[in-house]
Amino acid sequence: MAEKINNKNVLFNPFSKNNPVIVQVLGICSVLAVTVKLEPAIVMGISVIAVLAFSNVIISLIRNTIPTNIRIIVQLVVVAGLVAIVDQLLKAYTYDVSKQLSVFIGLIITNCILMGRLEAFAMANKPWPSFLDGIGNGIGYTIILIIVGFFRELLGSGTLLGFQVVPQWCYDHGYVNNGLMILPPMALIVVACIICVHRLYNKDLQEE
Amino acid sequence: MNKQSNVYTTVYIIILVLVVGTALASTALALRPKQQENIDADKMRQILAAVHITPEKNGIVEDFNRYIVEQKVVNSAGETIEGNAFTINMPEQIKLPADKRSLPVFVCKMQGGEIKYILPAYGAGLWGPIWGYIAIDSDGSTVYGAYFAHQGETPGLGAEIEKPAFTDQFNSSLHLFKDGKFMPIEVVKGGIAPASGADYVNGISGGTITSKGVGTMLDNCLTPYKLFLEQLSK
Repeated sequence: MAEKINNKNVLFNPFSKNNPVIVQVLGICSVLAVTVKLEPAIVMGISVIAVLAFSNVIISLIRNTIPTNIRIIVQLVVVAGLVAIVDQLLKAYTYDVSKQLSVFIGLIITNCILMGRLEAFAMANKPWPSFLDGIGNGIGYTIILIIVGFFRELLGSGTLLGFQVVPQWCYDHGYVNNGLMILPPMALIVVACIICVHRLYNKDLQEE
Repeated sequence: MNKQSNVYTTVYIIILVLVVGTALASTALALRPKQQENIDADKMRQILAAVHITPEKNGIVEDFNRYIVEQKVVNSAGETIEGNAFTINMPEQIKLPADKRSLPVFVCKMQGGEIKYILPAYGAGLWGPIWGYIAIDSDGSTVYGAYFAHQGETPGLGAEIEKPAFTDQFNSSLHLFKDGKFMPIEVVKGGIAPASGADYVNGISGGTITSKGVGTMLDNCLTPYKLFLEQLSK
């Protein structure tokens, strides 16, 4: 990127125009896994924001010392270390949620958004813009998680954050929860619907 | 300095790994007691859930100490043996033959004074371990309640074993002794009574393997208590 880095763009672009999930289509794996219910989706989002922001800052701080041929390994070590720390903190302070997320916190390491941002942004920019970039992309990811989690929990279980929202009389009149929403394929289809709507409103993203 | 040289690269990665390793080790050590507290409190909550007691989030330990009046370990002959019921490692125990196992028993005194015996169970579901606690009345036969949990069963399918719709089936309509014969509760498909005549609950449709896992777990983990429960009934 030759253009001057604008902190505001760095923070806000990933929300929509450059969203990591629906525009760059990164991190799809965890979108499938943790969006069955809304609550784990939110905690997962927050964890990713934290890990992404801090790993971006750390990599940005040491970017000039990293030998080029092992830069991916260095990035992985930093991310893996941070993820393990987040996992330990969740286990100590929010035990219930950490139980729900189980392995998925550990799998943040494999989230393509992290490697993508470290490699594309933090390796070439100062710590503060890198921090904003991490926060921005983390939030962009979280927004999509929450939208997908919202629809999957509502249509799949009839609840939101564990509270029953589909009233009993709907069930009495023959409404049934859509079991398909709980299965991973529907996460992809919901993401595809979001991408479709998003592109309808952003004509410049449409391909020829 | 040549940042691409082999020496620089090697030294760099060694220092990095040492720094990250130290940070991780110290975090783990610092948070260890807090995590163990959470794990213990969670286990206490699960044990109390079997007798339909839901403690306040901050009062789990107090409630546990108030209701659980005795913790003991028995063997398959029904005799009390040495040991700490709370720290017994269930995954290891279930692999031993029944006569070599240490069987934990949590004695719970309800608000009305009646005594319930809570027995732990541990087994395998579809994707990972499942476990639970079964509460038995003081007659050693009538089921009072149950709690089940799992590590990673399919949400909406196998994972439903932890929901009230499934666990509420474990109530006083179930008996472990039928005409003096010991028969653990079976988990069946679509309400078809098992040929053995044992009392049964309905499995989860779509969660067949997990439901079968619960059945196997109950069989494997309750059967060694046979003589202990028989003594209670006398």
